Amino acid sequence: MSTTAVPQTGTDATADGAWAGFVTGPWCDGVDVRDFIQRNYTPYTGEADFLAGPTERTAGIWARLSEMFPAERAKGVYDIDNHTPSTIVSHPAGYIDQDAELIVGLQTDAPLKRAMIPNGGWRMVEKSLETYGYDVDPEVAKIFTTYRKTHNDGVFDVYPPNVRAARSSHLITGLPDAYGRGRIIGDYRRVALYGVDALIAAKRLERHELDMERSVEDVIRDREENAEQIRALTELKQMAASYGYDISRPATTAREAVQWLYFAYLGAVKEQNGAAMSLGRTSTFLDVYLQRDLASGAITEEFAQELIDDFVIKLRIVRFLRTPEYDALFSGDPTWVTESIGGIGEDGRPLVTKTSFRFLQTLYNIGPAPEPNLTVLWSNRLPEGFKKFCAQVSIDTSAIQYESDDLIRTSWGDDAAIACCVSPMRVGKQMQFFGARVNIAKALLYAINGGRDEITGKQVAPVSAPVEGDVLDYDDVYAKYDTLLDWLAETYVDALNCVHYMHDKYAYERLEMALHDRTVLRTMACGIAGLSVVADSLSAIRYAKVTPVRDEDGLVTDYVVEGDFPTYGNDDDRADDIAVAIVKSFMAKIRRQKTYRDSLHTQSVLTITSNVVYGKATGNTPDGRRAGEPFAPGANPMNGRDSHGMLASAMSVAKLPYSEAMDGISLTSTVVPSGLGRTKEEQVTNLVGLMDAYNVSSGYHLNVNVLNRDTLEDAMEHPEKYPQLTIRVSGYAVNFVRLTREQQLDVLSRTFHGGL
Amino acid sequence: MSSTPIVAEVGAPVIELGLPVVGGSHHRSSAGTAGLEVSDAQRSEKLAQMRAGELGSLHSWELVTAVDGPGTRLTTFLAGCPLRCLYCHNPDTMEMRRGEPVLASELLRRVERYAGVFAVTGGGLTISGGEPLMQPAFVARLLRGATELGVHTAIDTSGYLGAHCSDEMLADIDLVLLDVKSGIPETYRRTTGRDLQPTLDFGRRVAASGTEIWIRFVLVPGLTDAPENVDAVADYVASLSTVSRVEVLPFHQMGRDKWASLGMTYELEDTSPPAPELVARVRQQFRDRGLTVY
Repeated sequence: MSTTAVPQTGTDATADGAWAGFVTGPWCDGVDVRDFIQRNYTPYTGEADFLAGPTERTAGIWARLSEMFPAERAKGVYDIDNHTPSTIVSHPAGYIDQDAELIVGLQTDAPLKRAMIPNGGWRMVEKSLETYGYDVDPEVAKIFTTYRKTHNDGVFDVYPPNVRAARSSHLITGLPDAYGRGRIIGDYRRVALYGVDALIAAKRLERHELDMERSVEDVIRDREENAEQIRALTELKQMAASYGYDISRPATTAREAVQWLYFAYLGAVKEQNGAAMSLGRTSTFLDVYLQRDLASGAITEEFAQELIDDFVIKLRIVRFLRTPEYDALFSGDPTWVTESIGGIGEDGRPLVTKTSFRFLQTLYNIGPAPEPNLTVLWSNRLPEGFKKFCAQVSIDTSAIQYESDDLIRTSWGDDAAIACCVSPMRVGKQMQFFGARVNIAKALLYAINGGRDEITGKQVAPVSAPVEGDVLDYDDVYAKYDTLLDWLAETYVDALNCVHYMHDKYAYERLEMALHDRTVLRTMACGIAGLSVVADSLSAIRYAKVTPVRDEDGLVTDYVVEGDFPTYGNDDDRADDIAVAIVKSFMAKIRRQKTYRDSLHTQSVLTITSNVVYGKATGNTPDGRRAGEPFAPGANPMNGRDSHGMLASAMSVAKLPYSEAMDGISLTSTVVPSGLGRTKEEQVTNLVGLMDAYNVSSGYHLNVNVLNRDTLEDAMEHPEKYPQLTIRVSGYAVNFVRLTREQQLDVLSRTFHGGL
Repeated sequence: MSSTPIVAEVGAPVIELGLPVVGGSHHRSSAGTAGLEVSDAQRSEKLAQMRAGELGSLHSWELVTAVDGPGTRLTTFLAGCPLRCLYCHNPDTMEMRRGEPVLASELLRRVERYAGVFAVTGGGLTISGGEPLMQPAFVARLLRGATELGVHTAIDTSGYLGAHCSDEMLADIDLVLLDVKSGIPETYRRTTGRDLQPTLDFGRRVAASGTEIWIRFVLVPGLTDAPENVDAVADYVASLSTVSRVEVLPFHQMGRDKWASLGMTYELEDTSPPAPELVARVRQQFRDRGLTVY
């Protein structure tokens, strides 16, 4: 598959033992991690009984960090380096407890100390420093305002008026135009398998290919990116050297493999403040090394687990400098260090290994935590023992999310991983242009009001005929909505093209892209928010009588609904078909737009926690939702309107066609433990059954919280008692006590399913 | 809502059983029948269809796990019940006219839709209520249809109308969730307004047919909690050879608002849920007889 050839370091690697005992294949001749995994991994179909608990060393390191968390929570940050903009090599080596750490490396010279990464935008850095009471270093400010243009500056140089209007009226929100876009997964495994020198050599070969092409704009850009990638890889070696490691060569042991892989990831998070900085699909890759060392007797199970525990501790303390406004969109200070676990290979063998279990075991050994965002690629064909362990961990910790391995594998192959929450991509071969989302519920109100904002009355979308008469007519409203969505799709892709052009230009992900093939599939990842509000509103207009209420200016500001109407979330085709139609229709409109770098159009139905912010910015809707009330998160049905049980609700969501939302469809469900069964064993069996059922019904994503309402209420009053209480929100997990009160109330108001 | 309950001196109000009238209002607050096409056949046609079992009165349906039988189940709550249990937490299912008319074929289409879910979860169809055996012809049709689809079937019944369950129907039932509301006839009558004997007879018949039984017993302080009442239930249950589990369900107040909104007199206004020690004592009474108890 790979177009990049690895120079013959194979002989050296074998000679010095790095690849000793591995089955050779095409992966020896060119960068092809998947081929290496397929030829060398050992599927594990047993139970969880082999796992080791935490060692004293692990517990000690975690305890040391845990002592620092309350101060961080209270202040918002633990500490900031307000003088040194972060690069791969900006900071000297940092440690938590140098003698005790098995895996080393921090983003700055001390744990939890955040760094400035101004390339995305200087304003965000400046605002963050001010918020947290740190001085703005005038020298640094001068660099990024006088000499060095940022991504943020670039974007605002080129935004057209339609984009500005849609943006400031909250029709398009959360665009990565002032911060790093993230959602790019470097294939960090390559560093462990090949060593940096071989990767540089491969990039040089790519450069030769590029040099043979005519110097047209695309080729010039590719050459410059290639040069940056090589530079980044060189810096990565330097960074590792500051910790005393030579990663120019391949890893020779399990410990080195974990360390090399982590260094590669660390380099990425030192240089990029991406919204989501996901890890990829590393557990089964690492298992090959752990298995080799276990087989030779070089390490014990306890040590294998310790390595993973130590690695995960590092992933838990990845920190970025962000503003409170950012937190309102993506609450709980998330980093989305998403690790995709499990799944089934194209040859039918499960990609579950003992290390898949070891990653989940960290939730016991060092307690539940939102990061890394452990994501199980679920198929009903997964081994029973693994399924049961996942269900058990979900019941105990609520810290896992599930995505359909069957949908992902058939679309993207068996070496795909999730970036952020629900976005699948082939590791090292694909990246996305993160597009945040548009508020399609507000767009419906614009359609009714002839393009005017329902709150301000301002004309935002082009002037069109507002609805007339006393009762809303479905066909009339739908036709107007369709026209408005045409404009919205155009405007949205306009915005995204501007954003990503400038991001590539001013905040290029050198290291992450160095860990990709030369030829990369790029997706333009659009998104929609407010789907359930739109579906229910249109259903109300169609099946009940909806009378608009106008203010003195003729602006429709409210609706009177008479009669019953079917709602999305009850496995009722009348309402669900509307939701499906909207998803298909908006995707078709997106596909008509020309995209930057000819990226492939996709969309997600995902809100993260911005459903609260979107709701706040949206007036009364025809489904009876009041102005300011939160939307349901992601593709969830509206709170309390799904009344036929969790699975019926999920079955409605599963009707949304993945082919029209290939960037993912998010569903979050919360159930009380007793709703799963009488005994723990029964609960595990039933949760496995439930996930299998959703899986065979083509459900894409499921966040499962197993929680009592009382627990959350108590946690709101006594946060100090629940420092590690983790809950799943749309696509990721958060520390419940780190949410704003408003967001906590939103979580509480979401449907709790007493039974599934 | 319009039929006035005859208020009994002691115990639950008893409503005379007449020919059920199908139709009436459907309340959005409940799970409801959304997603099922509600038949609008003319009244006489409706009655004919009801007699044939093609049409039934459905209060609501729900996909549930871990409560009404094994696995994930489509639980259909039929409207109408001959008992007037004081602690009923679904008083809105007591009267058949509060349900919505639904065709058996329509419900079976939904069963078929969830066949895959039932297969992977070990679940199936549970017909609950109200009292399913108020509508035997309709239930018979559902059971036959589900069985033909290879779907596991359960009915959740008080057994009071056990005589309505023909041997053919019983053959199509894989699991009976038998609610034994009390073991002493007087207590049973005070609790439900009806006689205990039909339930005892039905349970024995089910056991004799070899059909699996789960027993349910609602523990209400001051009403069903007397040790001798529990002993009587437990002795009876222990005599049924096909009982595989007993569920002691602690009384709760979640149905209170429904009584008020229906304008019905709720006698347990001041009753508290049983204390954990009481629940433990009662469970132990069942366990002492070698039963599996939750």
